[in-house]
Amino acid sequence: MPNHLDIAHATLLEPASLKEHDLDQVMDQLLANQIDAADVYFQAGRLESWVLEEGIIREGSYNVEQGVGVRAISGEKTGFAYSDEIELPALLEAAKTARAIARSGQQGKIRITRQPNKQGLYEPINPLATLSEEDKVILLRHLDEEARKQDPRVQQVTVSLVAAHDVVLVAASDGTLNADVRPLVRCNVHVIVEENGRREQGSSGGGARQAFQFFLDEERALGYAREAVRQALVNLEAQPAPAGAIPVVLGSGWPGVLLHEAVGHGLEGDFNRKGTSAFTGRIGERVAAAGCTVVDDGTLAGRRGSLNIDDEGTPTQQTVLIENGILKGYMQDKHNAHLMGTSSTGNGRRESYAHLPMPRMTNTYMLPGEHEPEEIIASVNNGLYAVNFGGGQVDITSGKFVFSASEAYLIENGKVTIPVKGATLIGNGPDVLTRVSMIGNDLELDSGVGTCGKEGQSVPVGVGQPTLKVDELTVGGTSA
Amino acid sequence: MTETSDITSRQAKLSQIVEDLLKEAKKQGASAAEAGISKDSGLSVNVRMGDVETIEHTRDQGLGISVYFGKRKGSASTSDLSPGAIRDTVKAACNIARYTNENECTGLADAELMASEIPDLDLHHPWNITAEEAIEQGIRCESAARQLDKHITNSDGASVNSHNGLQVYGNSHGFIGGYPSSRHSISCAVIGKEGDTMQRDYWYTASRIADEMESAETVGTKAGERTLARLGARKLSTREAPIIFQAEVAVGLLRSLISAIRGGALYRKASFLLDHLGEQIFPDFVRIHENPLLARGLGSAPFDGEGVATTAKDIVRDGVLQTYILDSYSARKLDMRITGNAGGVRNLAIEPGSLDLAGLCQEMGEGLLVTEMMGHGINMVTGDYSRGASGFWVSNGEIQYPVEEITIASNLKQMFEQLVTVGMDEERRGSTRTGSWLIENMTIAGD
Repeated sequence: MPNHLDIAHATLLEPASLKEHDLDQVMDQLLANQIDAADVYFQAGRLESWVLEEGIIREGSYNVEQGVGVRAISGEKTGFAYSDEIELPALLEAAKTARAIARSGQQGKIRITRQPNKQGLYEPINPLATLSEEDKVILLRHLDEEARKQDPRVQQVTVSLVAAHDVVLVAASDGTLNADVRPLVRCNVHVIVEENGRREQGSSGGGARQAFQFFLDEERALGYAREAVRQALVNLEAQPAPAGAIPVVLGSGWPGVLLHEAVGHGLEGDFNRKGTSAFTGRIGERVAAAGCTVVDDGTLAGRRGSLNIDDEGTPTQQTVLIENGILKGYMQDKHNAHLMGTSSTGNGRRESYAHLPMPRMTNTYMLPGEHEPEEIIASVNNGLYAVNFGGGQVDITSGKFVFSASEAYLIENGKVTIPVKGATLIGNGPDVLTRVSMIGNDLELDSGVGTCGKEGQSVPVGVGQPTLKVDELTVGGTSA
Repeated sequence: MTETSDITSRQAKLSQIVEDLLKEAKKQGASAAEAGISKDSGLSVNVRMGDVETIEHTRDQGLGISVYFGKRKGSASTSDLSPGAIRDTVKAACNIARYTNENECTGLADAELMASEIPDLDLHHPWNITAEEAIEQGIRCESAARQLDKHITNSDGASVNSHNGLQVYGNSHGFIGGYPSSRHSISCAVIGKEGDTMQRDYWYTASRIADEMESAETVGTKAGERTLARLGARKLSTREAPIIFQAEVAVGLLRSLISAIRGGALYRKASFLLDHLGEQIFPDFVRIHENPLLARGLGSAPFDGEGVATTAKDIVRDGVLQTYILDSYSARKLDMRITGNAGGVRNLAIEPGSLDLAGLCQEMGEGLLVTEMMGHGINMVTGDYSRGASGFWVSNGEIQYPVEEITIASNLKQMFEQLVTVGMDEERRGSTRTGSWLIENMTIAGD
C-alpha cells in the first residue's frame, strides 16, 4: 500500500506540477524577512453524506474542499493567508501576504526534508470508496427498518451516513515535510416516539477513522438504531429532574465530555500562555482528587479523535494532563510551546487550510480506578445517575462549565429508580474533580461522535471515562 | 476599493458560471437544476496587550448545485471554480441523484413564485481600511477597556473585521439573481481579577456600514464595564423566581421560536409547537414580525435560497401564531403555501415595550437578570429548557450583586405564555431584534 506522503504528493502537488524544491522557494519567500517560523499547509478534502428520513433516501451530497494555507510567525505575531488554488503563483502571493506582519531583517534559508509518517494509526484509505453506493443505501434502509421494528411507538426515523477523506501535507520552516491521509466515517440514528400525545426523542451513533465496514462489524450500526429507540422510550417515562446541588454518578464513556469541558479546554496551551485560563500557573497543584489521572491521547488506533500527525506535522502522543490529582501539563502547538519554552505535544490542529492552527484536544479521558459501577451507585442515598449527554460549554476564565444530560435517572437509597428529563449540569472546572470520591474500573471511550468547537473552528475529538461519583454537582432541573 | 462597475462585471462573471452549471446539468441529463455561488474577501485583525497578534487575509469561494431527475435529487459543492472542477461537481451531484429516492415533494420552488424583480437593499458598503488602520483601531479599542480600572488585568484582545461578499443564485426556471453585501465588526474581550478569581466579558458592534458601528473606544469601554460588573460573582441557592433575559440573550428565545415553527421540524414532528398554527402561544400584546427587505439590514435579502421573492409578514400577532417558516419542500410536505423562507428568517423583530432595562428591574422587583447563557440544554421536541446562566440578582428593583454557576429551567411553551413584558432596550446588532424579556417564573438551581 502506498504511504501517506506518496499519496499526498500525487493528490496535492502533482496536479499543480509542484515539486518539493518549489516548496523550498515558497519557504524562502516566507523567511525573506525577520520571521521566526512559517508553514504551508496543503489540503484536499472530500466529504460525502446521505440522509434517510420518513423511509426514503431524501438527500445526498458530495463536497470538495481544497486549498493551501500559508502562515508566518514573528514573536507573538502571526500573518496568515490562504488560497483555494493550489498553484505556485497563488502560493507565492499568499506567502508575501502572510510575511507582511514582520519587520524587515535578515534572510533565512532552509531546506525541508521528508519525514516518514510512522504512526500507522489508520490506513491511508479513501473511505468513500469502501462501500458501493448501492450498499450505502441498503445500510441506511436496514437502520430505518431496525429502528421501526423495535417498537410500534416509533414515529420518525432519521439516519445519516457521512464519510470524509482528507489528504494533508505540511511543510514548515523547522524542516518538517510530512503528510497524512485521514479517513473518517460517521453514522447517526435519530428517532421520535409518541405515546398518548407525548413525544420524545432519542439519538445514537458512532464513527472511526476506518472503512465503512466499521458499521457492519459486530452489527454496530444496527446497535445505534436499537439504542436510539431505547433512549427515546426511556424519555417517554421521564419525570421532572431535580434542581439543586446533589451527588451525581456519571456513567462511563461519552459522559467523559465532563473532562473535555471541565479541565480539557482550560489546559490548552494558548489560554495558559496568555494567562486567561482558570488553570494558569497551577502546574504541580492539586486540581483533582487522589486517583484521578487524565490524559489526552492522539495515538489510539482508528479513533475519531486520533491523528498520525497533527496539522503542524508533529506526531501525536499521549500527554498526561492530571496525574493522581496533580496538574502535570498543558496541550501545545508549536507556536505556544515556543513562546512558553517547551515543545509541541502534537496538539496543533486546524479545521482546514483556511483556518489557523491552535492547541486542541484529541481523545481526552480518565484512567480507570478500582470500584465496581454497582458499588458506586449503591453508595448514593439520594442523587442523579446520568448516562447520556448532549454537548457542553466552558468559560475558560471563570472555570464555569456546563454539560447537558439527555438520559438520567434518580438514585434513591442506593438504587437506580425513575428516569428524569434531561437537565444541564453546571460546575467549576478547577474544583469539580476534587469532589470525585469514587472511580469505576470500567473505562470506556465514546462511540466516535464528538466534535469540538473553539473560536469558530470544529474538529473531531474523542472522550472517555470510567463510572465516576462526584459528591456534589448542581443539577438544573425544574423540581426544586 | 470596489467600484460599482467592477462589482457589476464580477457579478456577471459569477452569473455566467451559474448559467454554465445549469447548462452542464441539463447536458448530463438533469430535468431541473439550481446553483448558488458566493465569493467573499476580507481582512481580520486581532490585537492583544497593545500589539498585533494575527492578521488574516481571507478569500473564500464556494459553489453548490442541486440536480433533479424528475423527483430525485442530488447535491454537490466545491471550493474550486475551475471549469474542470465545475464539470466534476455536476457529475458528482448527478451520480448522487441515481441513488436517492423518488419523492413527490422534491423539486425547485414553483416557477410562478420566483422573484420578478430584485430590489437594491443597499447592503454593500465597503470599508476602505488598511491592515495598519485596523490594527490602530483594535489597539484603541483594547486600550479603552484596559485603562478603565486596575482590576482589568489581562485581555483576550480586540478584533477588527471587514468582509465583502458577492452571491449569485440561479435555477432552470430561468431565474438568476445576485447581490453584493458587506459586513464589518469590532469586538473586544478583557479579563478582570479580584482575589483569586477571574472574569471575562466582551462587547461587539457590527453593521453593513463602517460609519454606523459604535466607535472602537465605545466597544472597549463597554467590554471593560461588563467584565468589572461580573467581579465578585456568587452562586444562588436553589429557588423559583422571575427572570429578565437581557436583550442580547433574549435573541436566543426568539431564535428558539423560529426553530420550532420551521417546516423541517414540523413535518418530522420534532417541535413542541406542532399543530399550533392559529393558536395563542404568547400573551395578547406580543407581535413578532419579519422584514427581509429592510434597507441595510444585516439579515436582508431580496430573494430566498430558492429564488422566491421575500416578503414582510407577521409571524405572531396578538399573541397568536400566524405562519410557519417554509421552503418549497416543507410547504409541499405540509400541504401549505410557501413562505419565502428557504435559508431562514431575515430581520426578525418583536415589538418593543415602553420600559428600559432599569424599568424592567423595577417591574420585576426581586428576581434574576440573566446576561449570559451557557450550553445547549434546549429540547425542541418537548420544549424543555435547562441552561447555565450568569447575571445579577435584583432586589427592590435594583441590581444587588453578580451571580454565576447557576442554571435556569422551565419549558419554552410555558416561558412564552409567561412573558410579562418586552423592554425598549433593543438589541440591534444582528438580524434578530428584541428588547429584554421579563418572564414570570423559572426554576433556578444553585447551591
